Amino acid sequence: MALRLRVRSGGLLTTVQDLGRWGYQAMGMPVAGAMDPEFFQIANILAGNAPNDAALEVTVLGPTLLVEGQGAVAVAGADLGFSLNGRKAPLMTNLSVREGDVLSFDGTRGSDISAAGGGCRAYLACSGGIDVPVVMESRSTYLRARIGGFQGRNLKAGDLLCCGEAPPLLERTCDFTCPEHLRPRRDLEAPLRAVPGPQDDAFSEEGLRLFFESAYTISEQSDRMGYRLEGPSIPHREGADIVSDAIPLGAVQVPGHGKPIVMLADRQTTGGYTKIAVVATADLAVLAQRMPGQDVRFVRATPEEGARALRERANHLAELLLFRSTYRSRPKAVSLQAPQTSGAWRMTVEGKSYDVSWQEL
Amino acid sequence: MEKIEDARLCDAGDSCLVVEFGTTVDRALNARVQALKKALDAISPPGIVETVPTYRSLAVYYDPLRLERSDLVALLLPALEKGGETTESEGRIVTIPVCYGGTHGPDLDNVCTATGLSLEEVVARHSGRDLYCFMLGFTPGFAYLGGMDEALATPRLQNPRALIPAGSVGIAGKQTGIYPIDSPGGWQLIGRTPLAVFDPLRTPPTLIEAGDWVRFEAVDEETFLSIQAEAGAGRFVPRTEKKEGKNHGTPA
Repeated sequence: MALRLRVRSGGLLTTVQDLGRWGYQAMGMPVAGAMDPEFFQIANILAGNAPNDAALEVTVLGPTLLVEGQGAVAVAGADLGFSLNGRKAPLMTNLSVREGDVLSFDGTRGSDISAAGGGCRAYLACSGGIDVPVVMESRSTYLRARIGGFQGRNLKAGDLLCCGEAPPLLERTCDFTCPEHLRPRRDLEAPLRAVPGPQDDAFSEEGLRLFFESAYTISEQSDRMGYRLEGPSIPHREGADIVSDAIPLGAVQVPGHGKPIVMLADRQTTGGYTKIAVVATADLAVLAQRMPGQDVRFVRATPEEGARALRERANHLAELLLFRSTYRSRPKAVSLQAPQTSGAWRMTVEGKSYDVSWQEL
Repeated sequence: MEKIEDARLCDAGDSCLVVEFGTTVDRALNARVQALKKALDAISPPGIVETVPTYRSLAVYYDPLRLERSDLVALLLPALEKGGETTESEGRIVTIPVCYGGTHGPDLDNVCTATGLSLEEVVARHSGRDLYCFMLGFTPGFAYLGGMDEALATPRLQNPRALIPAGSVGIAGKQTGIYPIDSPGGWQLIGRTPLAVFDPLRTPPTLIEAGDWVRFEAVDEETFLSIQAEAGAGRFVPRTEKKEGKNHGTPA
């Protein structure tokens, strides 16, 4: 029987997300989707899924879920105290689960308090993906209009999440864990790269200098729609209002009060405030893990630099997929001969040929 | 800042390029936005994720791993030329039935008081012109309409409502619009359409697209209810026709 999860408690803000509802912004439909798409995809790959299958976005205080049927789960992202049957369970690992198992988040950090474990969002992927209806080509939850996801809302006690059919070779994916070098190491202090524009000319030199040289603090009024920042006010040349235009993901709006707002997954599609810069897409995942009270700085970047960072991330995800294939095709039984100390494969993923070799050190 | 002919190209991060034709609300300018969108949609080059038209610009969302910025810029030039050939008079009129006043339009009296017009005059002026849809935004399916008779201009409510039912038609200053989803708001409600202007489960989800014209048509309560029943069963298709002539209902 396919995996199902019965919600015992919903946690602070647990929603079904995928990579977002792209393609409908011309109709005014916000994109939504995972705030940290990098960890979201890692969780899916580890659970044996396609990278864009629907998974749970867990925020700060996680849910408690009772397993019905059987399958596998994987959690990636911030260390929010993920536990299996009351015991701390490893992150970034494929865990087999069966009827009666309890998945929970006790909110306490494990031993991993490094940058990798820091943050406020984790992703729980289940084998087969969460099977909620596809609305406008996506399963993402858009909370404000209650569209998509599980009934358009965050999870509550009593909800029953059904997962899709188990992905191929699921039993061969058991215990698959993300190799150390492919685990994102987030520098939570690093400035966010930001490309000036589209309305950087609405600000004085002094305004731009302030934006790129000041430390801002994430305000309490921050959510999936946007992060409001506290800090030096950025003066406009003439005014803060423009005739409405599009608000891209990561746009930094500066309304009349001069305090920047970084627009995130649930942003509205259009708006009438000047946008001084747009944060590099790859760095938004880093921002999404920061919480109110933490600092943010910006550093000037070009679109090409942003694209390079995205390519690097895509390469890492492709490599993880490759590792998964290798893991699944490892020898089935323990050989009676001396254990191998090295090996090599050639394999094809998405039309590209790769040579894989390993050696015991 | 790059320019192609008289359009400005503004970077909006690493995955969006904005083609800006101006900074004002102007129908001729907006027609160029729609024309560029059509031209790009027609060739739908790989790597373009979607295009979002606004009053004065077209945001082109792209996947920089599939389409480099420089290649996108190279694509835009012929599309801009092709878009320039499109005539402004193209477009369709979507007729939206509205039941004015009563429980559907609790603020119709406010509008009469503010404008000094009779109830009949307000309805006649509101439904008497074709309104141009510049863009959608603000909430899913919300159409920004231009060209309302300015004699109908009425300030917003002092105390916004906590919940306005989807389909409500309102006036706010010189603007008029339809609430596409249940939401809070401060517009003066003068009527309601039985149609779902936005339905996430329908294809396409919206009845009105940017570049369309909207014609409100007054209907009585009985017609409202029968259209509502038909529309709810997926049997009602709103009337559309081709827009003829250039000067009809030109917004101020």
